[in-house]
Amino acid sequence: MTPELIAAIERAKAEKRPMVLATRLADGTQLLLPDPAAAPALAEAARAALRDDESRTVHLPDGDWFLHVYNPPVRLVVVGAVHIAQALVPMAALLGLDVIVVDPRRAFASEERFPNVKVMQEWPDEALDAIKPDSRTAVVTLTHDPKLDDPALDRALKSEAFYIGALGSKKTHAARLKRLRALGHDEAALARIHGPVGLAIEAVTTPEIALAILAELVAVRRGALLAERAAA
Amino acid sequence: MNTSETEDVLAVAAAWRAAGEQVAIATVTETWGSSPRPAGSQMAITASGRMAGSVSGGCIEGAVAEAAQETIRTGRPQLLDFGVSNERAWEVGLACGGKVKVFVEKLS
Repeated sequence: MTPELIAAIERAKAEKRPMVLATRLADGTQLLLPDPAAAPALAEAARAALRDDESRTVHLPDGDWFLHVYNPPVRLVVVGAVHIAQALVPMAALLGLDVIVVDPRRAFASEERFPNVKVMQEWPDEALDAIKPDSRTAVVTLTHDPKLDDPALDRALKSEAFYIGALGSKKTHAARLKRLRALGHDEAALARIHGPVGLAIEAVTTPEIALAILAELVAVRRGALLAERAAA
Repeated sequence: MNTSETEDVLAVAAAWRAAGEQVAIATVTETWGSSPRPAGSQMAITASGRMAGSVSGGCIEGAVAEAAQETIRTGRPQLLDFGVSNERAWEVGLACGGKVKVFVEKLS
């Protein structure tokens, strides 16, 4: 390892470029991938490790290589700069999530209420069009206001977001599903929405609700049996 | 939330090196069974005894730090094997019963 290599890794992280540091365990030879000059077998193994988001040792003809995966952080889009968001945002940051808060209501989405986090004051559909949720993005709606939640959920359902959660009671959620059905989303799509949001841990306080939401997000991301049971 | 951690061990290691310390970096490269930290977990160790990060729940850090001193001295990387089949692992005591391999290299 060299200071130059660490600087290159830090640069890629800052630019949110996915990257793999490959180390040959026999002699410590290192290179950063993708690199057009890399051996095809190593390049393919690095692509697979990035896809699986898993650092691992691979056995190749020229020796065992450790592939250290540096994927950009998973993103969490929080729609609604409400009280629960104020607890959710710092807890999500602690988990290493890259958080974006969306709320067009300026009084809610203020710098004072949400320091050190990206806040977008566009309407949720416009914000999500700009954010472009991918398979490493979670979207959680917290506003309780159909004018704000519905367009966000509509865009999230049209994306590959790995987790979609909507705050609201069972009754609120049923009404919401009805509206989303009217927008053309079928049952399979609607089943992607976790609502009421969060694991059923009988959360009462605001931080407890935030904890339930993040616990469910982690369970879904890591393929926990718990999440599958909850979805069933 | 991915395979990396909130604490940026590499950045800490680079800062220590820039400040004139001799530094080694240890990385978990493989795990079996119920090991506490996933592959990619890292620890930085200096010749002066500073440590950042972790490669287990605390059971093998001492042995890794010792190996790191050797790597800092010789410049040669090492691949350490901690597991039930390893005498030393019993000594060190990987309480969880898992196995891990740890690569130790010098930050030049």
